[in-house]
Parts: sequence; structure tokens; C-alpha cells
Amino acid sequence: MDQLFFAAEVFLNGLMTGVMYSLVALGFVLIFKASGVFNYAQGVLALFAALTLVGIQQGQVPFAHLINAIFGTHVESFGWTLPSIAAIALTVLVMIGLAILIETLVLKHLVGQEPIILFMATIGLAYFLEGLGDVMWGADIKTLDVGLPQGISDSVEAVTAEWFGYGFFIDRLDIWATMIAALLVAALVAFSQYTKQGRAMRAVADDHQAALSVGISLRFIWIMVWSIAGFVALVAGIMWGTKSGVQFSLSLIALKALPVLMLGGFTSIPGAIVGGLIIGVGEKLFEFWVGPLVGGATENWFAYVLALLFLVFRPQGLFGEKIIERV
Amino acid sequence: MKRLTLTALAAAVALTAAPASADLIVPNLSYRTGPYGANGTQYADGFNDYFTLLNERDGGIGGELIQVPECETAYNTEKGVECYEATKEGALVFNPLSTGITYQLIPKVGVDKKVLYTPGYGRTSAKNGKVFEWVFNAPANYWDGASVAIKYLLDENGGDLSGKKIALVYHNSAYGKEPIRTLQELAEKHGFTLSEIPIEAPGQEQKSQWLQIRRDQPDYVLMWGWGVMNQVAIQEAANIRFPMENFIGIWWAGSEIDVTPAGAGANGYKSMTFNGVGMDYPLYDDLKTHVIDPGKASQGGEHVGSAVYSRGLYAAVVIAEAIRKAQELAGTSAITPEQLRDGFENLDMTDERLTEIGLPDFGPAFQLSCANHGGNGMARVQQWDAEAKTWNLITEFTEPDNEVLDPLIAEDSEAYAQEAGVTPRDC
Amino acid sequence: MIYREAGDFKTGYREDGQTFPIRLDRWAYYALIAVAVLVVPFVIDDYWASAVILPFLIYSIAAIGLNILTGYAGQVSLGTGGFMAVGAYAVYKLMTAFPEISIVIHILLAGGITALVGMLFGLPSLRIKGFYLAVATLAAQFFLVWLFNKVPWFYNYSASGQITAPTRTVLGEAVTGPAASAPAKYLICLGFVFVLAWLARNLTRGTLGRKWMAIRDMDIAAEIIGVNPLTAKLSAFAVSSFFVGIAGALLFAVYLGAAEVGEAFGINKSFLVLFMIIIGGLGSIFGSFAGAAFLVLMPVFLKNLMTGGLGWPTDLAAHVELMIVGAMIVIFLIAEPHGIARLWALAKEKLRLWPFPH
Repeated sequence: MDQLFFAAEVFLNGLMTGVMYSLVALGFVLIFKASGVFNYAQGVLALFAALTLVGIQQGQVPFAHLINAIFGTHVESFGWTLPSIAAIALTVLVMIGLAILIETLVLKHLVGQEPIILFMATIGLAYFLEGLGDVMWGADIKTLDVGLPQGISDSVEAVTAEWFGYGFFIDRLDIWATMIAALLVAALVAFSQYTKQGRAMRAVADDHQAALSVGISLRFIWIMVWSIAGFVALVAGIMWGTKSGVQFSLSLIALKALPVLMLGGFTSIPGAIVGGLIIGVGEKLFEFWVGPLVGGATENWFAYVLALLFLVFRPQGLFGEKIIERV
Repeated sequence: MKRLTLTALAAAVALTAAPASADLIVPNLSYRTGPYGANGTQYADGFNDYFTLLNERDGGIGGELIQVPECETAYNTEKGVECYEATKEGALVFNPLSTGITYQLIPKVGVDKKVLYTPGYGRTSAKNGKVFEWVFNAPANYWDGASVAIKYLLDENGGDLSGKKIALVYHNSAYGKEPIRTLQELAEKHGFTLSEIPIEAPGQEQKSQWLQIRRDQPDYVLMWGWGVMNQVAIQEAANIRFPMENFIGIWWAGSEIDVTPAGAGANGYKSMTFNGVGMDYPLYDDLKTHVIDPGKASQGGEHVGSAVYSRGLYAAVVIAEAIRKAQELAGTSAITPEQLRDGFENLDMTDERLTEIGLPDFGPAFQLSCANHGGNGMARVQQWDAEAKTWNLITEFTEPDNEVLDPLIAEDSEAYAQEAGVTPRDC
Repeated sequence: MIYREAGDFKTGYREDGQTFPIRLDRWAYYALIAVAVLVVPFVIDDYWASAVILPFLIYSIAAIGLNILTGYAGQVSLGTGGFMAVGAYAVYKLMTAFPEISIVIHILLAGGITALVGMLFGLPSLRIKGFYLAVATLAAQFFLVWLFNKVPWFYNYSASGQITAPTRTVLGEAVTGPAASAPAKYLICLGFVFVLAWLARNLTRGTLGRKWMAIRDMDIAAEIIGVNPLTAKLSAFAVSSFFVGIAGALLFAVYLGAAEVGEAFGINKSFLVLFMIIIGGLGSIFGSFAGAAFLVLMPVFLKNLMTGGLGWPTDLAAHVELMIVGAMIVIFLIAEPHGIARLWALAKEKLRLWPFPH
């Protein structure tokens, strides 16, 4: 019986982890849908956003290290601490600025190139942003605190202990992440269904040329989509950064999102959510049941193998558009 | 065409790092970028600052200035090799702070005749100086760390661990796997059960592992972690309300940056260490006058006094002492790597000498010899005080269980000797 | 004026189809080989060998291998690091199990083993295409790395899981292990590069290569005209993995000497090799070399320029280096999406007309 409860606990926690994966995967899907770019830099965007947030919040001088190295000065800090909301708002502005820069400096020049070239460009971008983030804000580990709670949820533990005699572990941060992700998805859906820009975005996703011909500005849509993806990256960065501190490894969460995308399909927002949940639950349960038999640490590859097996039967992913090939 | 030649020439010049001149050269193969950059930076700063202090205050060692050319490895073995080759000309000793790079350099230093000093990391069986002529890993290695940790737990439990459950959470790499064999032996000897929980690098996501720990309720958790894995593990341990005082990390999982992201939750977390922490040592007065205040501190002196900074500083202290010893033995100040090796092999770090340096009780007293390149393996335990944001040393230096370790070291170094075709020296 | 083909008459199909149809190119090629064999071994030192030349040669082999799969057969793979690990561990097991057999044979066998593994992981490519395949090959990457880390048999039960290459000789000269001299290591790698590049060139312009390109351009159409996608795709995976496996074996045995799978053959390696072929040029043997040279040389150059030349702190230099590499990739893609190989071809076109363009 205990084993069963524990499995249920692992299952629930897997779902929560899945939500965290979905948050990263969402950013990929948004950009892929609207511009056909497989944006490898999404993970680094999350890192960059989180770095910027902490930097702004704690009043760090950007490029302090570079300035000090060149001019021999000792500037470090503006000496202020901003409230979280203000810092988040400013970071969103930075991310929008970044989206504009990316569009004008990179994407505009690569219109109509093959997908793999665009993919490579985003890898180049990832390198650049990684270096830029470090040069701007320094490479040390930063503590990110925007007031999200962390640690075991006592109420869940108490209630489940009363019901089943086994107190479940749920991280409060995960509960918050789930709520925020739900809000975010609802907002995205509402935006794309009920606003003019949202409809234009869907039109572009459907057919670039047709969208252009009815007077939709592709460039504006791209900037918008990259800004939204930047915002999603910021949310993901806050969630992951709260847990582990903001540091280089944050950018590697992109690797956790890739199997989610494969499973859910590159073009589907519900796919990203459902895929994330399946991967989260799958890898946790696998580690729980099979992991001890094979020596553990299976989580890195299990998600990929699961997605791979799945794709063999359904090459377009769970919710992806059916691939129709004509000669 | 002419411009092309010029560019090519410029490129050739830039590609060949300039070989350094006559001073004593102690390259610093550091890493300030990449997934472990935050730890590497502090270590490199401590390492640099001590040599800067010697140069500024004493004019070097025995009248010879110490040059510390720095080369960025990013914890990457290929860059490590490049850095080694770029800096090896005239260099005396290497300290790459990476187990992977160490394994790569062990065969090379034997051929190039350079000293490799790997305090608290690298290949444990390098303690056997008969096989590893050029490698030193004093004052303590991973097996010592594991053994001292278990000894500490024995003390806590009145000398009896039978029936206790101990979990080892480890970085799934060469580094993390090091203590397993020792701990298995110790488990057999003391009758505790050991469960091994690997975490794949980088270790951003550890939920299932900590759920497992929550279910199994081990009495103690040991951790061999590095980089982001430490912060997440400590956070998750706090999340499941694992009693922090029963959670002990190895020295590389015991720096300020590992515990601060978890805030108050990390209070009481323990880690091993073989060096002192904080700035309550007389040496820091000199460091302040000669290095920090004149603005000569490495990277602005941001991390002075932190746990990892202190470890880098300590590594530099040991190297400096070995150089001093070598100069004394050789009767010349411009020593060669061979003479430095002799210096290491005759090194006697006493408590008095540490006090003289201005670091009383900063590290263990140890003595090296031709056969013993690892000292006596003493380490101690420190505990994190989240309120004061300081590490407090809570035990004295403790010796490991050499009865268990010595056969293991002999076995592993013999295996290496056989594989690499090394004939052990007579000592 | 100098670079021209006037008077360079071809009198047969063989001559017409040769790799370097222009006499000047041929001469340049022979000169290059002569320098590589007769001059470089006598001037090479440890620094140049380990910082620049060995990685360049070894990555060239890996890049050619990946280029066969991605550039010629159109199957994007991100499993290169994992396949290199297969080569490295295969050669390690062979070296330690059969020390009396020549290392050259071991390296070739390691390539063969990798080819088998590559075919296994290539099977899904029959169903999965494009980015889905790219991500699916990551399964190979992560799974293989995990496997080599987990099963002690692969690393001969050593305490830490590191593998170290013992000393092996070719014609009496040590080529692996600590005692190997820079020229010996260089020559063995050069030998493999030469033979493999020749092999790749001839494979890609033969029947097999044409089948691969047909599959790349449109697999359904290729199938209709009689190209069997099963054999074409799997042979591409096999040949590609053979090359990559040899590169992995050389990387471990000759260049690094010791390796730990997660660090030496991680996901970054897969990306690095993919960068090389995209910057160098997809579907071009020359491009594989150019890309490898670019990505091996540039970081070393930038690093030495900034820390050695300008005296910047090493961390700042490393970060700025990342920015520059990233920016260069983007600039390259914008300026010439088909890579250095295309730039080179365009330059040659211009040279032919120089100094009298139309």
C-alpha cells in the first residue's frame, strides 16, 4: 500500500516537474509556429532574463567587469534594491528590446533560408547571449528572490496524511509554478483568440504569404512573438532560478524541453503542456521503478528514448500537424 | 598578398603563447566560465592572491618572483590540454582543479617532468608516491574525506553505526564515483547500509532522488556534488525537511554559494574541509595591506575569505612552502621541477610553520615522503550558520581510517602501474 | 591571369571527372600534401600539435563523417558526441584486450563497431524526419553517454570510470600514451585523414553518394525512381558513424590520452561538429576541413589575442570569446548560408576572370 502511495506521490511530483518543462517548451512552440524557427536559444533566453532580473533588482551596473577591466575603475552597484514587480517590468522591457534587436540584426537577413540555417543562427545567438549575459552581469551564482514560497506544503501533507495515512510531498514552488503556467497559457490562448494581434499571429503561423497579402506586417509579428517568448523565458527563468540560483546551468533546461517538443509536436501549445506532463511523469516513474535496477541517473536519456519510441509510431508528435508529403 | 602574409603572421604570433622569462612559474589553470565557473573563480582568486602577496611583501620566494600565468580551461579537458601545453614551458607545478584534466595530465607530467599538485581532488591513489612520482595530493583526498565523514558519524553515534542507513548522493562522473568503493568497504566494516544515488550532470532537476530519500528516511546523507547540483540538492533537502545537520557534503560541496540560494533552509548543513575559512587569520592583515588595498587583488577581491577562496589560498601556501623547501635542499633559488618534487617529498607542514605564515590552524599538519604523496589525510567538519552567513569549524582535524584506505590505495595504484607500464620506485 | 584553365585540355571522361580539374588546383593539392608530410613533422612542437593541429585533423574526420550524413544524405544528427564515445570506448577495450595487435587495426575496428551502433540508431530515420530526427538522435547521445558511464565493463572496472590510453606503437614509434612524440601523433592522424578524405570523396561521387543526395533532395521522389530508402539511409548512417567512430577513437587514444565520457563526449561535441559542417559548407568535403579549421583555430586565436595580446582577465576574455564566436556564426550565416566552401568556390570563380572581369 505504501508503495502505491509513494508511486502516486512520484506521479504528482512528476506532473509538477512536467509543468516546469512545459514552461520552457512553450517558448519554443510560440516561435516555431509563428516563424518556423527552431529557437535553440530559448534556454539561454531564460538564463539571460533571469540574470537581467536579478541584476536590475539588486542594482548591479551592467558591464561592470568590462568597464573595470578597461578603465581600471571600481564600479559595481548603483546601490538600490528595486521591488520585484518593478524589476520584472523593467526586465520585460529589456526582453522586448532584445526581440527587436534579434529581429533587425539576425532574422530579417535570413528570411526564406532553410530551417537548418535558421536553427544554426539561433545556436549562434545562444552563444552570443550566453557571453553577453556573463559580460553584463558577471558569472557568479545569484540568488533570485521575487517572493515565491519554497519548500514542502504543510497543508497538503497534513490533509493527505489524514486521508491516506501518508503525507504527500508537494513543493509550494511547484504549486505556484502550476498556477502561473495555467494563467500564462490561458492568457496566451485569450490573446491569440480574441485580439487583433493574436489573430494576425495565428494567420502568420498558418501561411506567411497569405498573411502578408492581407497586409499583416511579418516583422511586427515576429518581434511580438519573440517578445512573448522572451516573457515566457523570463517566467521559466524565475521558476528555475528560484530553485537553484541563477547560473550558467540554467541555460541547459532547453535540453529538458526538447523531448517535450518532440512528443507534443513542435507546433502545438496544448502539445507542449501535455508533452511536458507525460515526460515529467514518465521520467520520474521510470527512475522510481526501473532506475534502481539499472543504477539510476536515467532521467537524462529516458525522456528522449520515450519520445523517440513514440515518434516511430506517430512521426509528427502528439498534436503536431499531420505531415503530408507530395512529390 | 602582402596583407595576407601579415595577417597570417599576426595569427601565428597570436597562436603561439609567449614563453615566460626567468622567474619561477606556477601556472594557474583556472576556470571562470562554464557550468562550474562560479566555484573556479573563487579558487583561482585565492591562488593568485597568495602569490601576489609573496611577490609584493617578500619579493617572491627566496628572492625569486613568482609568475602565475592564468589560462582558462572552462573545466573542459581539451582546453585543459591546450592550456597545459601553452604554459608548460618553464613551469614548475600545475594545479588544474579538475579531476578530468588531472587524469589527463598524470601520464603527461611523468614524461615532461612537471609536478602536479591536486589537493583534495584528482586521482586518489596518487597518494602512492612509488607509482605516481610526479603527482601530489596532500593534505587529503576523496577517500580520506569519505572516511573522516564516517568517523565523524561514528563519533556522533557513540562509535556504532550498525543498522544505520547512509545515502550517498553523487555527481555521476569520475569525481562523484571516487568515494563509492571506500564507503562500501566502510559499510561492511561498521555495519551500516549504503545506498548510492547518482545525479546526472548538471543536476538541475533532482526531485525523484529526493523523494526517494524522503521515503527511505536514511539517517545520514553524504554528498559528492559540484556546480548547480549542490545548490539544488541543498534546496531539495530543505524542501523535504531533511534534518540539515545529518547532511554532509564533501569539501567541494561546502562553499557559500552552495548554501546561500537555499537561504535559512540551509542552516546546519555540514561539509568536510581541510582548510580554515573566514578572515580571522593574521595573514589577512598582510593580504589587506599588500594586495587588497593597493587594488592588486585578483578580480577585485570580491571573494576574499570565502571557503573556496581559502582553499585556493591554501593550495598556494603548500606550493610556496614546497618551493621554499626545494630551494633550501637545492641550495639555489632558481629551482627546477625535479628539485621542486624533492621539495614536496621533504615537505613538513607543521602547526608552527602555519602560525609563522599567519594562518594558525588553517590546515592540518602533515609530512610527505617519497612513498607518501598524500599526507595523513586529516580533515575536519564545518557547519553553515545561515543567520550569520558563515561556516563554523565544528571538529578538530581527524585522521581517516588508514586500515581500510591503505589496501585500496595499494590496489588501485598497482592497477595503474600495470596498465601504464610504470615500474614502482623503491622508497 | 595566373589562375586559369586555358590550355588545360581533357581528353577523356576520367580526366573530366577528376577531383581537381584545374591543373593549378592539382599542383596546390600536391604541394599541400608535400608540406604536410615532408615539412610539418619536422617543425611541429607539442603546443602546436595539441592546441591546433591534432584537434583540427581529428575534427576534420568527424566533420566529414557528419557531412556525409547531414550534408549528403540530408539526415540531421545531434548524436555525434555519443558515436565518438562509441569509437573511443571500443578502441579502449580493444587496446587493452589485445595489446599485441596493431593500434591501426583497433582504430579501424572501432570505426566498424561505431558503424553498427550508428545503423541501429539510424533505424528511426526511416520514419522520423527533419527536426524530429535531429532531436531523436539526441536519444543516442544521452543514452550512450549514460551507458558508458554506468557499465563498469566499458572502463575496465576502474575506480572512477576514467579511461586512460596505454602506450601503443606503429612501426616502433609510440603514437598513444604519454611517450608519444608530437610528430608521431601528427603523422598517424594525418594518415587517417588522408585515407578517409579520399574514401569520402570517392564514395560521395559514386553510386552511393548519388543515392544519398537523391534521398536528401526528396526522399519520396528518390524512392519512386528506384532508390531504396532503407539501404540509402542506413548506409549513410553506417559510413558516417564509421568516420565519426574513428575520430572518437583518435580523439581519445592519440589526442586526449584520457577521457571521461560525460565530459569529453557530451552534447557540446555534437553541436561543435554540426557547427563545423554548417560553417564549412554542407555537402562538401572541403567544407568539412574549412569548418573544422575555423572552429578549432578561432577560439585559440581569440583567446591568445585577448589574454596574451591585450592582457584582459581570462574570464572576461572567455566571455567575450563566446560572444564573438556566436556573432561570427550569425554573420557567416547571413553573409553566406552555404558556408566557407561556397565562399571559396566564388573566390575561385572571381580569380579565373581576374584581372579582367566582364
